[in-house]
Amino acid sequence: MQTQPQPVPPHNTTSPALSVERLSKRFGDRIAFDDVSFEVGPGEVFGFLGPNGAGKTTTVRTLGTLIAPTSGLATVAGIPLTPENGLEIRRRIAIMPESPGLYLRLSVKENLECFADLYETPKPNDRIRAALQAVNLVDRASDICGSLSKGLRQRVALARALLSDPEVLFLDEPTAGLDPAAAHEVHDLIDTLRRGGVTIFLTTHRLEEAERLCDRVAILNTTLRTIGPPKELRDRLFGKALVIRTVQPLTDPGDVLVGVPAVESWRQDEDGTYILVVSDVAAAAPAITRALVAAGADVLSISESRHSLEDVYLKLIDQDGETDPK
Amino acid sequence: MNLSARRIRGIFRKELRDYRRNVPVIVSMAYLPLIFLIQPIVVIFKVDSSTAQIISHAPVLLYMLAIPALTPAMVAAYAVIGERQQGTLEPVLTTPIRREELLLGKAMAALVPSVAVSYTVFAVFVLVVDIFAAHGIAAALIQGPQLLAQLVFTPLLAAASIWIGIAISTRSNDVRSAQAFSLLATIPLAVPTALMAFKVIPATLGIALGFAAVLVLADGLGWRFVSAMFDRERLITGTR
Repeated sequence: MQTQPQPVPPHNTTSPALSVERLSKRFGDRIAFDDVSFEVGPGEVFGFLGPNGAGKTTTVRTLGTLIAPTSGLATVAGIPLTPENGLEIRRRIAIMPESPGLYLRLSVKENLECFADLYETPKPNDRIRAALQAVNLVDRASDICGSLSKGLRQRVALARALLSDPEVLFLDEPTAGLDPAAAHEVHDLIDTLRRGGVTIFLTTHRLEEAERLCDRVAILNTTLRTIGPPKELRDRLFGKALVIRTVQPLTDPGDVLVGVPAVESWRQDEDGTYILVVSDVAAAAPAITRALVAAGADVLSISESRHSLEDVYLKLIDQDGETDPK
Repeated sequence: MNLSARRIRGIFRKELRDYRRNVPVIVSMAYLPLIFLIQPIVVIFKVDSSTAQIISHAPVLLYMLAIPALTPAMVAAYAVIGERQQGTLEPVLTTPIRREELLLGKAMAALVPSVAVSYTVFAVFVLVVDIFAAHGIAAALIQGPQLLAQLVFTPLLAAASIWIGIAISTRSNDVRSAQAFSLLATIPLAVPTALMAFKVIPATLGIALGFAAVLVLADGLGWRFVSAMFDRERLITGTR
């Protein structure tokens, strides 16, 4: 007996585009991801990072209704994630899988025509043209997909994902294997979509990409390791620091640096280089400058230590490696 | 369940476009009918007009129904596993298409060329016999009931063959084994017509109607059965 789909409420634009609560997926004894909870706001670009096998793609497939979760709850585009709502959810989202999955014997336009039919897109020719314009492929519409480069195929797959004008767009490694110029074009397109209010769920290995594009990122390694805006994660894990370089090493750095306002601790990195953990960069930097000048030090530079998202990622993944050898 | 004609048409059109440029599928669709065309032509040309009376009592043309019984499964066997191997199945399954729509679109796309090939081969055979066979052979061979049987049973057998092919395709892990198993699995479909052709069972109207009814039922149930077998999760992840 088939279960009738529940009436789907209209999507409230202030409610989360994605809401995931204690979601888990197991394949037999193997855990793909476990106890994952997060929310993604409407119009947000949300980065989903993690090493190979962390469960990123399985999470996307689960939220995309391709596979069923083992436990937990989720709403996607405002609709509860249940088997009965699968079709309605898929109407409101689009997924660009890691592999473009194009029909290589068909032309670009023929590929898009097929998907315009599957989404029952109104005015399909106009939508196809708009999608091709968005990825700069209008002049390649008649090309057979098998003859396109990897970068161009990726753009066709992106055009295909845009056909249905989705509320939530899942991009699974959209720049994998692309050269820097092609990746830059994809980044620009994601920026454009963000301005258009599309919620984007981006899984990527490229940390600089996540840092550049994402409002918030989550780092997954089977379980969710952390979540937040990239800057906040950096500050949370590494604190704020100043790097001081002097021409000659200080004779007694402790005398100079201890007691300076906002300086919490310090260490010497190499000859003439000191790293200071501070509570407030703006308060600490001028005070340290004055202290160094008063001590007669020849200062080469004082700069804020910038930890990248990559540092955050590696630190968390390293911690996992130490605590949970898989 | 409301089926979308547009989504079914989308799959149907895509499949036909893909077949047109897919050499292995075209070869699969062509070589079996050729075997079934050449063999009876050779036999008929060995027969002289003195044996026309004997032929007129043997439903030789039913032998040609082996084409729609066997050929479409080879094409249909490619339908799901072919897409899965190419990585094109996942993007399709992320769209709002129902599995029933996907399978119906694929089945119709396999049915149309299969029926066209079967009718064409049959027409060529009849034409060759009519023009070149010994005097009296054509009249003895080409009979109204047999032509009607060919017309009616071709799509029914082809549809049954297609559901067998797609069912095997949804459970296979590679195209070649799917095609080989499909060919084997459809052989029973050709048995009743072969038995009639070789006069093991009589080719009566009652038997023909009974066989047609069974095929209509099998075609309808085949769609439902294969839809139930179609497991998105297993096809995407290879597990479960």
